[in-house]
Amino acid sequence: MRTLAVARGVAWRTLHNVFRNPSLLVPSLVFPLFFFVAFAGGLSRVGDIPGFDYPPGYTAFQFVFVLLQSAAFGGVFTGFGIARDFESGFARRLLLAAPNRTGIVLGYAWAALVRWLVTAAFLTVVALAAGMNVGGSGVDLVGLYTLAAILNLAAVLWAAGVAMRLRTMQAGPVMQMPVFLVLFFAPVYVPLSLLQGWIHTVAQVNPVTRVLESGRGFVAGTPTEVAVAFGAALALAAGFSLWALRGLRKAEAAG
Amino acid sequence: MTGFADQVYVLGRRSVLRTLRQPANVAAPLLFPMLLLAVNSGGLKAETNLPGFPTDSFVAFALAVPFIQGALFATMNAGTDLARDIQTGFLNRLSLTPMRGIAVLAGQLGGAVALGLVQAAVYLGVGLAVGVRPASGGLGVLVLFVFAVLVTLAFGALGTFAALRTGSGEAVQSLFPAFFVFLFISSMNIPRNLIEQTWFRDLATANPVSYLLECVRSLIITGWDGQALALGFGITGVITIVALSLSTWALRVRMARS
Repeated sequence: MRTLAVARGVAWRTLHNVFRNPSLLVPSLVFPLFFFVAFAGGLSRVGDIPGFDYPPGYTAFQFVFVLLQSAAFGGVFTGFGIARDFESGFARRLLLAAPNRTGIVLGYAWAALVRWLVTAAFLTVVALAAGMNVGGSGVDLVGLYTLAAILNLAAVLWAAGVAMRLRTMQAGPVMQMPVFLVLFFAPVYVPLSLLQGWIHTVAQVNPVTRVLESGRGFVAGTPTEVAVAFGAALALAAGFSLWALRGLRKAEAAG
Repeated sequence: MTGFADQVYVLGRRSVLRTLRQPANVAAPLLFPMLLLAVNSGGLKAETNLPGFPTDSFVAFALAVPFIQGALFATMNAGTDLARDIQTGFLNRLSLTPMRGIAVLAGQLGGAVALGLVQAAVYLGVGLAVGVRPASGGLGVLVLFVFAVLVTLAFGALGTFAALRTGSGEAVQSLFPAFFVFLFISSMNIPRNLIEQTWFRDLATANPVSYLLECVRSLIITGWDGQALALGFGITGVITIVALSLSTWALRVRMARS
């Protein structure tokens, strides 16, 4: 109960800060939208490449990537907030006051999820208004958004672990760059089968590739690699939860 | 004149040393564009199979992008450093000396241009290492370096204008997303004539960054394309003149306030 109470308090404060501060809210809404426009709008001709076979079309193809990207970066942006809390001294006071400190990490994760859900809703409305075709059923779409939510959780736990270890806003690039690399070393612009060279090899072993391909399968109505994708996403979340909790212990020990 | 040259040299040297002492400011303009080049070259290689794509090598096509991205970093570095000088009062103290205000601009931009030259050399070196051969030959490479210097000067002057006008490093940093938008809504990843969506193609056509990219691209892929060179150098020249004029005016206003 105490864990949930702490989590609720931390989540409420984080969300209150984000939704009352346009400089925090607007980028998390605008940047995914911008990438969607740039990729789906500017690169739609890529759908004509011989061998590109995705029935719902390039808009839907890119929507899945942008949705997952927004989930991942939503987690990272929450990590920036954690680092900011440490720099301002608030996190130290929180560590003192919280009867159960695990609730702190849970609260930040909760806030990251809610924050991302707002972005996802906005992005989905825009994509549908732009004429995105959806071949999947309601169940398929629940699968897509659940995958993205798990990715969001993995990302915020990664960022939280970094923030709690470094406890400074200068940790931003450390949080952001690996997530950027992992996302872009996946089949972003074309399916895995059309990637060539070193990036094909890297994408094949990249766990996000499974998540991305499965997500695209959900939208197409032909679910693919579902178990592998959920397994990869859950493994990332589980691994980074240990990372985040160990980071919390280091922050506690630092005083 | 000798005194002015000395002032520009001292301030330029300070600008270069200050950048070198911040490894992130050196590494980011070199690494990030190369990373993006690697990712996009690998991910969009299949685009060369589209009918009408101008080259078989997507790396050759995409190599133009780092030159413009590097210029964006020059904007941030030049502007942020100058804003810090304003915030710390350094500019106020300088104004009490015989230093001419325009030397501040020239020195700051001189530092940015020096870094821009290093960036251009690195980008071209990487391109050559992966097999890109500029169709315009050795002379084209020289023209490419001249263009890189001009683009860095143009965008650096925009950064100094923002710094002088606002006196805030955060305000200069907030320009980055705007420039990012200009870069992405352009012919960055696909030739303009192959953009399928009419509205996107129209936006890319109206976007001056498209012509900067196409100027560099023409030297690498085509050889000597007079129209592309004229548009690229012309637009860069206009941006440079406007940005320098605005910076000079903002500097005069800033110095009058101190």
